[in-house]
Amino acid sequence: MEKRTAEPILETRGISKTFGSTRANQSVSLKLYKGEIHALLGENGAGKSTLMNILNGIYRPDAGEIYYKGKPVDIHSPKQAVALGIGMVHQHFRLISTLTVAENVSLYLNESGFFLNKKKMEKDIAEYAKEFALDVDPGARVWQLSVGEQQRVEIVKLLCRRMEILILDEPSAVLTPQEAREMFRTLRKMADAGKTVIFISHKLNEVLENADRITVMKDGRIEDETLAKDATIERLAGAVVGDKEFKDSGAALSPVRDEEVLSLVGIRADNDKGLPALKDISLKIRAGEIFGIAGVAGNGQRELAEAVAGLRKVTAGTIKLNGLDITKTDVKRRIREGISFVPEDRLHMGLAAGMNLPDNVILKEFDTGKYSHHGILNYKAAEETTRKFIEARDIKNGGVELPVSMMSGGNQQKLLVAREIDGSPKLIVVAYPVRGLDVGAAEAIHEILRDQAAKGIAILLVSEELEEIFQICHTVGTLCNGELMGIRKITETNINEVGRMMTGQRLEEAANA
Amino acid sequence: MSVLAISIISSAVLSAVCVLYATIGEIFSQKAGIMNLGLEGIMLMGAVSGYLVAVHKQNLGLAILVVILVGAALGVVFAFLTVTLQADQTVAGLAMLTFGSGLSGFIGKDVCGVNANLAFDPFDIPLLSKIPIIGPALFHQSILVYAMYIIVPLSMIYLNRTRPGMVLRALGENPAALDSAGYNVFALRYAYVIFGCVMTAVSGACLSLAYTNFWSDGMTSGKGWIAVALVVFSAWNPLIAVLGALLFGVVSIVGIDIQMYYTALPSQFYSALPYVATIIVLIFTTGNFRKGKSNAPESLCIPYDRENR
Amino acid sequence: MRNIRFQRRANVSTVRKIINPVIFVILAFVFCGIFLAALGFNPLEVYAKMCRSIFSVRGVQKSIVAGLPLIFTGLAVAFGYRMNLNNIGADGQYAMGSIFCIWFGLYGPDMPTVPKILIMILLAMAGGAFAGLLAAIPKAFWGVSETILTMMLNYVILLFLDYLTHGPWKEPNQIISQTAKIDEAYWLPDIGGTGINVILLIAVGVAVLIYLFHKRATKGYEMEVIRVSPETARYAGINVRKNTLIVLAVSGAIAGLAGFAQIGGIVHRVQTNMPNGAGYTGIVIAFLAYLNPLSVVVVAILFGALQISAVAVQILGVPSQVATMIQGSVMLFVIAGEFFIRYKPVTGQAARKEEAQ
Repeated sequence: MEKRTAEPILETRGISKTFGSTRANQSVSLKLYKGEIHALLGENGAGKSTLMNILNGIYRPDAGEIYYKGKPVDIHSPKQAVALGIGMVHQHFRLISTLTVAENVSLYLNESGFFLNKKKMEKDIAEYAKEFALDVDPGARVWQLSVGEQQRVEIVKLLCRRMEILILDEPSAVLTPQEAREMFRTLRKMADAGKTVIFISHKLNEVLENADRITVMKDGRIEDETLAKDATIERLAGAVVGDKEFKDSGAALSPVRDEEVLSLVGIRADNDKGLPALKDISLKIRAGEIFGIAGVAGNGQRELAEAVAGLRKVTAGTIKLNGLDITKTDVKRRIREGISFVPEDRLHMGLAAGMNLPDNVILKEFDTGKYSHHGILNYKAAEETTRKFIEARDIKNGGVELPVSMMSGGNQQKLLVAREIDGSPKLIVVAYPVRGLDVGAAEAIHEILRDQAAKGIAILLVSEELEEIFQICHTVGTLCNGELMGIRKITETNINEVGRMMTGQRLEEAANA
Repeated sequence: MSVLAISIISSAVLSAVCVLYATIGEIFSQKAGIMNLGLEGIMLMGAVSGYLVAVHKQNLGLAILVVILVGAALGVVFAFLTVTLQADQTVAGLAMLTFGSGLSGFIGKDVCGVNANLAFDPFDIPLLSKIPIIGPALFHQSILVYAMYIIVPLSMIYLNRTRPGMVLRALGENPAALDSAGYNVFALRYAYVIFGCVMTAVSGACLSLAYTNFWSDGMTSGKGWIAVALVVFSAWNPLIAVLGALLFGVVSIVGIDIQMYYTALPSQFYSALPYVATIIVLIFTTGNFRKGKSNAPESLCIPYDRENR
Repeated sequence: MRNIRFQRRANVSTVRKIINPVIFVILAFVFCGIFLAALGFNPLEVYAKMCRSIFSVRGVQKSIVAGLPLIFTGLAVAFGYRMNLNNIGADGQYAMGSIFCIWFGLYGPDMPTVPKILIMILLAMAGGAFAGLLAAIPKAFWGVSETILTMMLNYVILLFLDYLTHGPWKEPNQIISQTAKIDEAYWLPDIGGTGINVILLIAVGVAVLIYLFHKRATKGYEMEVIRVSPETARYAGINVRKNTLIVLAVSGAIAGLAGFAQIGGIVHRVQTNMPNGAGYTGIVIAFLAYLNPLSVVVVAILFGALQISAVAVQILGVPSQVATMIQGSVMLFVIAGEFFIRYKPVTGQAARKEEAQ
C-alpha cells in the first residue's frame, strides 16, 4: 500500500562520509516519502548504518545536503534530529531494565511534575499502543519483557515523542519469526497513518515481503533502487553481493585428504543472553580442507567458533576431533588436543593487550615444558620464539618489550596467527581473520592459511567477505539465523547462490533459482 | 519479662538507627552508581564533630548542623575523586576511610574521655508511648530515632513514587541512556554522593550523642562496614535495610544481655556475633549459587565517561 | 575554564610517573599542615621535630622495626591486588598467623631452636592462609565480595585474639592482656650490632621472592594474565577460580608472617590487638608502591618512620593519630594526582578540534 505525496519528506543529496581511510558513504542520494516503508538493504560495511546515523544526528556528513520537507537542514545532534521528528530504534536498546515501561517512556519524554502519576502515564501509553496495535503492558518491568516486547517499547517511545520518521536498525535481528511478523504489521500501521518508516536489513525475503521501496547499498554507494513489486530475488541478490565472477576460485587450492578431522553433529548452543544461537548444526571438515562459514555477522558465527574452541557449552549435539568425542572437554584440553583459535576479538581475547610480545606468544603453552621448568618461566625460550615469529612473518613492532596494543592491527593479527599455527595443530578455527587489515596484511594471513591447509591441517574459517571465501576455501557453509542453509564445494557454487543463502534461502531454493 | 522485651527492642532500635542513617545514605549513593567504602571514616568524622560541638558549645542543634556540613564537605571530596576524576572507587573509599579515621582521632584527642553531658536524650511521644510494650519501646526514643521513622517511608516514596526518584533508579542502571535523554549525570551523582556522606556523618553523631555519650578513637568499631554489608543485603531497598539493621541490633543487644546470664561463653563471642551474622547473611544473599542476575545497579563502580560510551 | 578539556595521554613517561606522586605527597603534607595549624600547632615545628626524630641512628632503627610488620602486610595486600582481589583483611590474617604461631611457641614441645623456629614460621603462614581462605572460598565459588568478607573476618579474628590474650593465654600475674613471652632460645637475633632484627632480612627476602615470582614464575604469569585481561585468561583456559583461592591464601600467609615478625623478632609475645591497623596501612602502602614488592619495602619503612615520628611529637601535644591522618591524606592526594597522569589538559583550539572529530 503506498500513499505517496509528490514531494519527499526527507531527502539526501550527495552525502559522503569518510572515517580514516574508509569511505563509508559515497555520494548517497536518497528520497524518503510519507506513508511508505522503505528498506535499506546491503551487507555489513555497505554504509547503511552510517547513513542512518547521519540522519539521526550522530555523525555529520563530510559533503552533501539534507532536505527536510524541501528545506535544507543541518542535523548536528541527536536532539535536533528529534526536533525534526526523526527517531531511531537501535539494535542495542536504550532502556532501563529495572524500570517499568511507562517509567521508561516518561523518562524519555522528559515530563515534568514531582510525583509520578502512574495511572496517567500508563493510560497515555496504552492509548498510543492501541492506536498502532502495539501490545505493551505499561506496568511491566523491562527486564521481564521478551526482546520483541522491549523493541515495541522502543517504538512506543518514539511514537509518544511524535516522531514522524522512524528508523529501525536490523529490527528483526533479535526477534523470532513470529515476533518479526507482528513487528512488520505494526510498521505497516504506522506507515498507513502517514509516518515514514525506514528499516535496515540484510535479509532479502523480509525486505521483499514488507517494504514498499527498496534501496540496495554496496561499498558506500547506492547500488540499486526499486519498488518492491518490481524487484526479484535475483536482482536484489545481485545488487547486494555484486556480480563479480571470481576467476581462479578453487583453482589454486591444495588437495583435501580423506581423514575427517572435525565432525559436528546436531550442535545447539545459546548466546550470551540465553537465547538459541545455533540450531542443529552438522558439518564435517577433513584434513587439509579450508571450510568457510559465510553469512552476515550475528547469525551464530561467533557462537559456532567458540563452541568448537571450547569457550561455549553446547546444549545438544556432539563434537568429535579425529574421532575423539570432545563435546564436554574444557578449553585447556582442547588446546592440548590440537585445536587452535584465532578469535574475532584479537586484542582483548586472543591477545592480552597490556602485556608484551613474548608474554603473548606463550599464552597457550606457558605451563608446558616448552616454556616452563619447575614453575619458572623460560623467558629466553619465549623471546626466541618471538624473534622466530617476527622474522618469519615480518611482524613490525616498536620493540618486543612494549605492549602488543602498540602494534598495528595487521601486525597484531600476524603475531596471533603465528602463535596459533605454531606446533602443528590439527584444527585451526579462525574468525574474521582479515577484518580491519590492509590488503598486504590480509594477503599475508591468507598465505599462511593456505600453507597450513597444504600441510594437512583442517581450518574452520568464519568470514564476512565472500571474496575471501571464494579465494581460499574448499567448501562453504552458509549460516543464517543459527542454521546452516547449505554446504557446497566452492567449485560447484557461485556467489549469487551463496548470497541468497546468506539472506535466508535454503540450498534447495537457492540452487534452483 | 516484658520489661526485658521492651529494653531489648528499645536498644535494638537505637542501635539499628545508628547504622541505618549510613545504610540509607549509601543506598542512595550506590543507586546513583557510586560505591563508598569509606563509610567508617566518615562516620567517625561525624561522631567526633558532633561531640566536639556538644562539648565546647553545649548546643545540640549546632552540633547536628556541623555534622551535616562535615559530611557534605567529605561528600564533595569523594564525589570529586570518583565522579569528576573517575578514580577507582574502591581505592578512593579506602583512602577516605584512612583519612577519616586519622583525622577524627586527631581532632578528637582533646575530648576523648571528656564528658559532654549533653546528648539526644530520649523523650516520650504523647499517647503513642502509652501503648503496651510497643509504646515504651518505640516511642521513648531520641529525636534522631523519630527522624528515622519519617526518613524511611520518605525514602521509599521518593524512590518509587517520584520523578526524581525514578531518575535516580535509572542513573545507576544506565547513565548513558539518561545522558542522551538530556539529564546531567554528573550533577546528579554529586548530589547523591553528598547526601550519602551527610547521612553517614549523622550516623556517627548518633553513636556519640545518642547511643552513647562519649568519644573515643575508632568508636564505630566496624559499624560503617556493617552498613556497607547491609546495603548489599538489603538489595538496595530501604525497607529491607531496616529489617537487616534491626536484626543486627537485636543480635548485638541480645548478645550483651545473654552474657550476663550465661557466662560460659566469653564476651568476645557475643561481640563477634553480629559480624559472623553479617558474613553468613552476605554469603546467602549475594552468592551466585545458580547463575542469576544480581540486583546491583548495573553501572555501580563504573565511572561514567562520556567519551568512552 | 570552558575551553579546557582533558584528553587521554597516549603514553606516560616514567619520569612523570615518579614526579607526579611526589608532588601530590607534598601537597598532602601541606594539607595536613592546615589541620595542625587549626588545632593550634605550628606545622613547621611539628614536621621539623618529626624529621629530627627519624634522622638519627636510633630513629632509623626504630623506623625499621616499626616498619617490619608493615612490610608484610603491604606485601600481602599488594599480592592480592596483583590479581584484582581486595584483601582488606590483612589485620585478621596477621592476627590468625600470630595465634597459630604463638600457640606452638608457648605450648608446643621443646625442640632444638632451628626446627622450632621454622615450624613457627610455617604455622604463622598457615594461620594467615587459613584466614585468607575463609574469604577466598565464598569469593571463588559464589562470587561474594571479598572486600566485605575479609573486613568482617578482621573483626571476628581480632575478637578471638582478644579472648585468648584476656583469657586462657593470658600471661599470669599481669594486668595487661598479652601472652607470655616465648622462650629466649627462640628469639631471633639482631643483625650484628645494628639493633635491627634479622627479620628484616627475611622480610626483604620475601619481597625479593615475590618480585621474582611476578617476573619469572609461571604462576606469576598466570596471575598477570588474569589481572590484565580476564577474557584472554578464559580464552587460554586459565582457571580463575583456582587462582583466586591460591592468591588469597598466599596473601593471607604473607600477612601471617607479620605475626611471626613480632613473635620471633620484636616483642616476642602476642598482645591484644597487636595488628593495630597494620592491615589498613598495608593497603595504603601497596597503593603507593604501585604494587611493586621492592617498593613496598621502602614505603613500609617510610610509614614505620611516620609512625615513630608521630609518637615523638606527642610531646608537643600532637595526637599520635596524626600518622593515620597523614597516611590518609597522602592516599587521597595521590589518587587525585593519578588523574593527571592519565589525562592532560588541552585548551581552546585543540579542544574544539577534538570535538569535531
